Amino acid sequence: MKRPLFTFGNWLIEITREFGKCMLLFMDALHYLFTRPFRVHNTLVQLEFIGIKSMNIIVFSGFFTGMVLALNGYHVFRMLNIESLVGGTVAIALVREMGPVLAAIMVIARAGSAIAAELGTMKITEQVDALVTMSINPVQYLVSPRIFAGFTMMPILATVFSITGLIGSYFIGVIVLGINEGSFMANIRDIVELEDFFDGLIKSFVFGLLFSLISCYYGFYASGGAEGVGKAVNKAVVVGCVTIIVSDYFLSALMI
Amino acid sequence: MIKIVDLKKSFDGDMVLDGVNLTIPGEKITVILGRSGTGKTVLMKHIIGLLKPDSGSIFVDGKDIAAMDDDELDLIRSHFSMLFQGGALFDSINVFDNIAFPLREREKISAKDVEKVVTQRISEVGLTGMKRKMPAELSGGMIKRVGLARALITKPEVILFDEPTAGLDPITEDSITQLILQTHKKSPTTFIIISHDIDFTFEIADKIAILHKGKIIAEGTASEIKKTKDPFIRNYFSG
Repeated sequence: MKRPLFTFGNWLIEITREFGKCMLLFMDALHYLFTRPFRVHNTLVQLEFIGIKSMNIIVFSGFFTGMVLALNGYHVFRMLNIESLVGGTVAIALVREMGPVLAAIMVIARAGSAIAAELGTMKITEQVDALVTMSINPVQYLVSPRIFAGFTMMPILATVFSITGLIGSYFIGVIVLGINEGSFMANIRDIVELEDFFDGLIKSFVFGLLFSLISCYYGFYASGGAEGVGKAVNKAVVVGCVTIIVSDYFLSALMI
Repeated sequence: MIKIVDLKKSFDGDMVLDGVNLTIPGEKITVILGRSGTGKTVLMKHIIGLLKPDSGSIFVDGKDIAAMDDDELDLIRSHFSMLFQGGALFDSINVFDNIAFPLREREKISAKDVEKVVTQRISEVGLTGMKRKMPAELSGGMIKRVGLARALITKPEVILFDEPTAGLDPITEDSITQLILQTHKKSPTTFIIISHDIDFTFEIADKIAILHKGKIIAEGTASEIKKTKDPFIRNYFSG
């Protein structure tokens, strides 16, 4: 009886310690974001890396997500003779849930893992220490620009994901499966409201913040050589994805 | 002058520095000699404020840096540079930008002057023609040279060297040793070098301090250290 309790207690202490350390890193990053010298160049580089360079994968995966949603929706709605609802249901699923969540997961896989690997490598090869010896604050130089870029680019990427998803669903629904174009589009207008779009945007801002903070945290505190960097990347991706999915539930519950 | 008083540091209950007392004279080359794993790097990281001691003091020009916050430490660090054991070059930028990095961050000088100063340093460390190379394309000796050029670029008052000849072949080792000596001769700043290499230490040091089991067990000039009768030191020198 004592052993499971002991294990659970240790796990709880470790989780609390990591959460506290992560929050301290976030507070530091936030503080240094608004402190001189502003790291404009680094921030622009990260905006490009997280935002622009993720665009291809977002467009590609968004298009196919829209197509598969339309395909499945069509086969279910056809049994009830309401296949014109495909456009509206796919649109609301993309705008409120699939866009923000799947875009975040794609960005974690591409940019989050790279952030953790880059910071982790810098940490174990003493590049972070080298910054400190040059009187450069590593949180301001490395972490703040990445968190800012994650926070600002994720809503744009999620919006692109949703739009390309809608194009994909239009392609399958209207062009391939022959749903009436007028009713397909009218249903989107009837079902999706501006509030849904804003709810999706709020989620994306939160997801952008969470993924960039988690990736920076695991990279910045990596230790133990190449194996340590591997673990940091692994944790950044796994914890990042799980956090996005869990927080999506709570955000949805708050918004409904 | 740097004075270390009763410095103690432990990691997870393992005492690494157990009351280090040492005075490092200004404008001289001081080598902290010791076997691998005796805490030499930990001691060096305390001197530049990368680590905080559990107790004890490190006085730099009379000010205790162990009691300073990050902002105060940054001011002290602006007079310091460090050559890391693995170079710690920024691997996303080329040789030129690595050397120019502290200059661009610390000094307000024009791009033209940066170009001039960096090119001169690159030539001094014997890397002419290599300035567009990325760190991944360099050999161990070249990395040390770039690291040295980067450490010297802001003309610091104190330079710390973490095992500058470790992992190098004898010829490259000798060229790095000569480069350090020439650099010190040109501008006599305070050099603090940690090493486990006895020949290198006797060739280069004005003062030697031997670190063993978390304490400085002997210090003095090369000739004084050579005369010591301490059995551990005699055994260490005889290999």
